[in-house]
Amino acid sequence: MTTSVASLPAAFRPRQVLSWLGVAPFFLFATLFLILPTLNIVLGAFRNAEGQVTLDNLGKLLAPSIRSAFWISIELSLLTAVLGCLFGFLIAAAITLGGLPRPLRSAILTFSGVASNFAGVPLAFAFIATLGRLGLVTMLLRHWFGINLYGAGFNIVSFLGLALTYLYFQIPLMVLIITPALEGLRREWREAAESLGANGFQYWRLVALPVLWPSLLGTLALLFANAFGAVATAIALTGSSLSIAPIVLFAQIRGDVLNDPHLGYAIAFAMILLTAIANAIYILLRMRAERWVK
Amino acid sequence: MTERRLWSWLAVALGGLYFLLPLVGMFDFSMRMQRDGYSFEAYRVVLADPQFQQTFGYSVVLALLTIALGILIVVPTAYFVRLRFPGLRPIVEFLTLLPLVIPPIVIVFGYIRIYNTSSVLPLTGSWWGTNLLLLFGYATLSLPYMYRSVDTGLRTIDIGSLTEAAQSLGAGWARILAVVILPNVFVSVLSGAFLTFAIVIGEYVFAALLNVGSFGPYMVWMGGNRAYEPSALAVVAFAITWACMGLIQLFTRFSKFSTVRR
Amino acid sequence: MAFLDILHLEKSFGAQRVVKDFNLGIEKGEFISFLGPSGCGKTTVLRMVAGFETPTSGAICIDGRDVSGLAANRRNIGMVFQAYALFPNLTVEQNIGFGLRIKGEGKAAISARVGEMLELVGLPKLGERYPFQLSGGQQQRVALARALAIRPQVLLLDEPLSALDAKIRTSLREEIRRIQRELGITTIFVTHDQEEALSMSDRVVVMHQGIADQVGTPFEIYNRPATRFVAQFVGTLNLLDARLLDAAAGRVGLGDIPVALNRELPGRVGDRLSLALRPETVVLGRKDEGSVVLSGHIAEVHFLGSVIRIRVAVAGQIVSLDTFNQPDTPPPSIGTPVEVSISDRDLLVLAA
Repeated sequence: MTTSVASLPAAFRPRQVLSWLGVAPFFLFATLFLILPTLNIVLGAFRNAEGQVTLDNLGKLLAPSIRSAFWISIELSLLTAVLGCLFGFLIAAAITLGGLPRPLRSAILTFSGVASNFAGVPLAFAFIATLGRLGLVTMLLRHWFGINLYGAGFNIVSFLGLALTYLYFQIPLMVLIITPALEGLRREWREAAESLGANGFQYWRLVALPVLWPSLLGTLALLFANAFGAVATAIALTGSSLSIAPIVLFAQIRGDVLNDPHLGYAIAFAMILLTAIANAIYILLRMRAERWVK
Repeated sequence: MTERRLWSWLAVALGGLYFLLPLVGMFDFSMRMQRDGYSFEAYRVVLADPQFQQTFGYSVVLALLTIALGILIVVPTAYFVRLRFPGLRPIVEFLTLLPLVIPPIVIVFGYIRIYNTSSVLPLTGSWWGTNLLLLFGYATLSLPYMYRSVDTGLRTIDIGSLTEAAQSLGAGWARILAVVILPNVFVSVLSGAFLTFAIVIGEYVFAALLNVGSFGPYMVWMGGNRAYEPSALAVVAFAITWACMGLIQLFTRFSKFSTVRR
Repeated sequence: MAFLDILHLEKSFGAQRVVKDFNLGIEKGEFISFLGPSGCGKTTVLRMVAGFETPTSGAICIDGRDVSGLAANRRNIGMVFQAYALFPNLTVEQNIGFGLRIKGEGKAAISARVGEMLELVGLPKLGERYPFQLSGGQQQRVALARALAIRPQVLLLDEPLSALDAKIRTSLREEIRRIQRELGITTIFVTHDQEEALSMSDRVVVMHQGIADQVGTPFEIYNRPATRFVAQFVGTLNLLDARLLDAAAGRVGLGDIPVALNRELPGRVGDRLSLALRPETVVLGRKDEGSVVLSGHIAEVHFLGSVIRIRVAVAGQIVSLDTFNQPDTPPPSIGTPVEVSISDRDLLVLAA
């Protein structure tokens, strides 16, 4: 299709300029509002207030308060990524391989589309209304079963509460991504394994899981990045009482702690680095996964 | 087989419990503003709040402008890349995926550093500039969704032949894009647009850090100061997300009957 | 009692009966084809033998033992699928060794058997490759080797050649038959391609709407089709409408031309029936005594290369016949009046 246009008479050639004009706004836009801002942060992370190259800013990341914020962030992201993968996988397996009615399957997929986008402030409110001090589940547990969640040390404004909330968009994202991969498992593979004497467990261990492995690990990386970059949910849920990396950065920017803007750069740079690594893993494994499914 | 089905039902039931309880809790809470029973009082209070009307209206307008800007940037790019510059494709795809890789808070931090009052382009210095910057920021956030859906739409139609046919009938580029290409990828554009709407309408980090009074910061403010109204707001936001996703499904399904598949 | 006995096998999916009272005895080392159009139930019978479907009723006995209640992984049956179904995450060697690994055999034994199998299917150098690096034909050879590696009692092949190119299809066809003879393994081959079924099998089962219409050697199936369906499905065929004139003397009317078949026919005078004959049994021109001669004119001529297919209009119907190409004789032109001769023995009578 491109060759047919390229071989048009020379009368169309000046239009080549026009096609460049067609893509120019995009590149201008991307440069101004995506690349330059990011570059500014990355370069800023390696410079001091006088503009000299330095590693001091990155060194400040090792300060106990910052280090623990990153550590909690990584733990939170990793935990919700692993659990999101696990539960999302179980639900996806149930709707693809479990012999459930088809309408239920598409209903769950549609709901997953909604829930994976229902992040941010409203999600935090929903969880406060459910598991907060006066939340529905908290009250029901107390009145019906005599269980006092908060007496037992639970708090929605905590690591655990935040993890529970994050799972609300992590699990559906996993369902959305892994369902096609599970559908890619061909029935004949299972049957071939069976005819060769394998039982269900052996089939999963030797064939299905190895085939799914890149997709699973890749999605794990994606969920990690997804949780790591989430700010609004955390702020709406905890205010700034739980110190995770994005909230620390938010406070840095918000409070204009301009006594040291370069620490902000360093935090932001570390965040980019972590999510970039996670996404690179995702893309690499994705390519590997697609190699097999032809 | 039956045992497997049992486990499947169990998994779906437990999942259903986890996913429905917060929705029920949120709805239940939003109805309990009056002591003597369920009522829509919280909704009435919220909807009557001039602050709500103002911030919500602002966010709706901003979301619509974001969609318009997104279409203006993405459709010609996706079209020309497919038709004329297939070599640029990996670069464009990489750029459009970047907003998913770089956390939004980092992007907006970069904006604040580059476009502050002491810079060459002091956008944050004026009311107009700040709003413009927010608009550009949201358009950036919407790039991955917009580009992906438009590009998928373009893949299903033979844009080369369509373009040549239009050219042979004397149409210019702007007319080809507006009259021939856009209507043919309309459904794809719409699904990108609804997704963008759902994301922009309650966005918090960009707005808060640029000090713009939109719906997201309003919700957070309510969350810190009121008890029942936040739940009502969450229900509203959830309804909007559902509506957007529902409309995407509806249009995609509708398009199966209206466009010729190749 | 045969080696593999299928007795009164029935299968229903909901209200739909896809296999009806299927009976078959297969001798040890025999190569049997199930031939029929898609949806005739041939694959369902195969899958019941393999253990992937549970029969609604009936029994499947292998070597005197009823296996109907046995799970697929306990039957020791080799299966080759239409779409290869190689495990994409395993190399060729690992694929072939899969069944032995499941059985818990030692590494040395597995590798010896894998080498043997690779040699057997003619791919001794490809053991390290992954399935996606192989052509379709190579993948199917590996699938065959994988199925055979476990020394199965029975080999099942489910349309194994349908996904391949015409040329590879023919060569692999011969190879499968060679390997089957070499190992003497009892084999069921499911196909919708009559050429495959006829050329490879010891016996063919022609299936139609869940019923085995006819079981016989390829020669019997082709030359003595038992039903109208078999006659039509296997090979090309002329079907002529006729009317019974005299049952005892065996005379029928083809339009207004009387034809003597010289054998007793069932039915009553005036019954409609179909006369079937293969194109290769019809001869252009007048042949020796005892044959039926019909006159008509040339309606169409198709030059197919070595064979010329000529269609002759006779009494308002079309008779197709094949003649060999002869360089010095150009084919007759359309409209030429001609006579065709048929031996009365080649005219098969089928109920209309």
